[in-house]
Amino acid sequence: MTTTEHAIEALDPQRGVTTPVATPPRRRNETLYFALRNRKLLIGLGVVLAFLVLAIVGPWLTDAEPFEFGFPTGEPPSRAHWLGTTASGQDVFAQFVYGLRSSFVVGALGGCVAALIGMAVGFAAGYRGGVVDELLSMLTNVVLVIPTLAVLIIVAAYLTVRGLVAEALLIGLTSWPWAARAIRAQTFSLASRDFVSLARLSGSRGWQVIVREIAPNMSSYLFLTFILLFGGAILTAATLDFLGLGPSNTMSLGLMMNTAVISSALQLGMWWWFVPPGLGITAIVGGLYVMNVGLDEVFNPKLRRT
Amino acid sequence: MSLAVDDLRVYYRTLKGDVKALDGVSFTVADGEIMGLAGESGCGKTTLGKSLIRLEGRMKHMGGTVSLEGESLPIGDDRAMAKYRFKRVSIVPQYAMSALSPTRRVGRLIADLLESRGAGFDEMRPELVRRLSLVGLSEEVLERYPIELSGGMKQRVVMVLSTLLDPALLIADELTSALDVSTQKAVAELLVEFRDRGFVKSTIVITHDLSILYQMADTILVMYAGKLVEKAPADAIVESPKHPYTQLLLASLPESGVRYEEERLTGIPGRPPSLLSPPTGCRFRDRCPLALERCAEEPPFVELEPGRHVACWRAA
Amino acid sequence: MTRYLARKFVLYLTTFFLAVTINWAIPRLMPGDPVQGLIARLRADSTASQQLEGYFTKSFGLDRPLWQQYLDFWRGLLHGDLGLSITYVGTSVSDLIWAAVPYSLALLVPAIVLSYIAGNRVGALAARRKVLDNTALPIAYILTATPYMWLAIMLAYVLAFKWGLFPVSGAYDFSLQPEWSWAFVESFLAHWFLPFLSLFLVSFGGWAIGMRNLIIYELEADYANYMQSLGAPQGLVRRYAYRNAVLPQLSGLALALGAIVGGALVTEIVFSYPGLGTLIITALQNRDYFLLQGLFLFIVIGVLVANFLVDIAYVIVDPRTRTGIQGS
Repeated sequence: MTTTEHAIEALDPQRGVTTPVATPPRRRNETLYFALRNRKLLIGLGVVLAFLVLAIVGPWLTDAEPFEFGFPTGEPPSRAHWLGTTASGQDVFAQFVYGLRSSFVVGALGGCVAALIGMAVGFAAGYRGGVVDELLSMLTNVVLVIPTLAVLIIVAAYLTVRGLVAEALLIGLTSWPWAARAIRAQTFSLASRDFVSLARLSGSRGWQVIVREIAPNMSSYLFLTFILLFGGAILTAATLDFLGLGPSNTMSLGLMMNTAVISSALQLGMWWWFVPPGLGITAIVGGLYVMNVGLDEVFNPKLRRT
Repeated sequence: MSLAVDDLRVYYRTLKGDVKALDGVSFTVADGEIMGLAGESGCGKTTLGKSLIRLEGRMKHMGGTVSLEGESLPIGDDRAMAKYRFKRVSIVPQYAMSALSPTRRVGRLIADLLESRGAGFDEMRPELVRRLSLVGLSEEVLERYPIELSGGMKQRVVMVLSTLLDPALLIADELTSALDVSTQKAVAELLVEFRDRGFVKSTIVITHDLSILYQMADTILVMYAGKLVEKAPADAIVESPKHPYTQLLLASLPESGVRYEEERLTGIPGRPPSLLSPPTGCRFRDRCPLALERCAEEPPFVELEPGRHVACWRAA
Repeated sequence: MTRYLARKFVLYLTTFFLAVTINWAIPRLMPGDPVQGLIARLRADSTASQQLEGYFTKSFGLDRPLWQQYLDFWRGLLHGDLGLSITYVGTSVSDLIWAAVPYSLALLVPAIVLSYIAGNRVGALAARRKVLDNTALPIAYILTATPYMWLAIMLAYVLAFKWGLFPVSGAYDFSLQPEWSWAFVESFLAHWFLPFLSLFLVSFGGWAIGMRNLIIYELEADYANYMQSLGAPQGLVRRYAYRNAVLPQLSGLALALGAIVGGALVTEIVFSYPGLGTLIITALQNRDYFLLQGLFLFIVIGVLVANFLVDIAYVIVDPRTRTGIQGS
């Protein structure tokens, strides 16, 4: 878990459940009301959406392919090449927008996988307790302690074929523990509440209770967790790509920075090559984090500092 | 007259408007009197208790005065109130069991608090130890962390700490809500003992439990929806309540020794009004079985006999 | 207290076992014959490849039954034998690692400690000064969202290449040798500063945000409320809140160690700093599996040890663990 995930989670630590029981329609509109007025949420969402649009639309704005050679080498931004060209004559803008696509795909997919595993483990441990909890907690702690990057390096190094999906899966498989712990804690507090006992008494089975009663009451928390996982996946993927362990056939922002550094772009002053990819990641991940804080305020009335 | 409250108004500021939690209450508490403050959840009793010592969160002092031993309390001004807290007005909060910081030894916490208020810990220590033993705690408690103490022990520590500087007014907020019956009795007896020994002058005991008030309080003040409803000596209120709300409240208490096979426990039908836009006139009107036409006009809180106040057209 | 630490120790031991097993198992689980794959990448000619095949098969121990391979691996490990490097032919992996470790530690330890302390202080300050909160917090968010390698690149570009304030690669000037001379230390520090700063800044952001949020939360806790009701001055309440907020921050430190180590690795690469990061890149580029395995194990052990140290610190700070009741 990154320092940030811990930091942001500190805003709503696993100490008390604040989400209300099933929201009647009037309440839901109230959430929307606050959502539309929360500056942090709007700014963060705005930034993320802007880049998403760029990622989707970008490739249509340019004729060049990310790996396509043949352009003049090392040129600064111009009308022909909006972000200039690389040392070996590739179009930086094309690389950038395709790289954005990869980032979003990896973030979403990796985040999803991590979220699903985290939920499965967290719900099971929190709801069942006892031996199941002990075993799952042990598992969670072990995976948590192992330095993620080290594992990813080892695994990625041995994999011969590396695609975007594989990378996302790997990231998802290693970044779920902190989410599992957080979900487990929340599930614990919810599981002792009356409406859960009621559901159990009326005959619902374990997973039904989890899916129908517990999860909906944690929905905002789950969503927030997903956003953090999304951001974290993008950062991890960037690091892997930078090490050359990312997909070899897909352009990514980390790969851009990797190639730039190797090709001495720093010495040659080709800022248009290495500034955009990092800037893009910082903006997207930063936007996600800020969104997260804003959403927390929207969902959690106590945090609204008016 | 130890405490005199005059037309006190405290509202909660919310985005939807002001919740009129305390809407013009006036009463007095005498020196040495233990006054119980009773009512259902949301009636404003906790707001009243808190506003006498510290307005928190969105509470706003909208009007009215409070004076303690003749001196006016600046309850709306947080900074100015600081010098009265702990020394003149003190509180044993509802959350007494979690009121001690988990990472400090009890003795150290008390020392820090005392020193910060200008009272030397070393000088106060003998008296502190004496009072601790009074409530059944040994001096050793001071060396412990809160986690090492039971809930009851922590509550007693807080009771001793809050009264250590002999405040003129003590507010006991829902002291017994989380306790079992025998512990409730013990705590109630402690409060009375504190008063008898002169540790506190006046006490306001906030609770929804009328039965405990009957045992320990001198007078009982009943509140409903932000307004005062009835105030009388404890025996009088329980034996001959004048306000319909008080009567219904007492009637809904299960009697001990009686088995409810034939009848059902009755509560009071209906719900308290919204305090965001409270109704005009008597606030209990909608639920009152004895409501008159006249109740559309708000009844004043008048003194029927010495020491008995009621706000009801029927009773007057 | 001993129960808490003992539990942690068991956890780390288990993790270590798992890590070693993963390390051992992965080359054997990957599709294809690892030896052939190795040889193909080395692009040796046919005679050399035969000899290499024999060498590799023996060194992987692939001619022996699996369980024996596993035991051999452990035996070698406990003797500190991590094999020989392919890149630096003949040099043992452990020698290479130990040569790089001091440089990485020189970056990591100050960066972690200083960013943690500074981040906590600034976060605590921001929690009570609105002005600071409005300026420092957005900066902290940007910093923490910045990928480590990009900040390194930007610092290198602006401060080293453009303005020439600092050198850009290596740990010290090429003409010097590691020794306790003033010239060497000066050169070392000059080369060390940028990678350290990069690591420091990114980590700092996360701690500041965390502490700020924790303090805000603590200031609304029951004990803070009680103290304020008894007229305690804000300074005292804040000190108590800080003391309580440190606990989850300390746990957070343990959790974040893995991430910071990852950050250090990529930072080193940008600056060609001769620590473990550069070693990893070299190993990756040359498909030096023994070196990679050794690095993996070393990093895992390092992180586990660091985690254990943080746990000990936690026990010292949190009285609840000392009385036999589970901490956080």
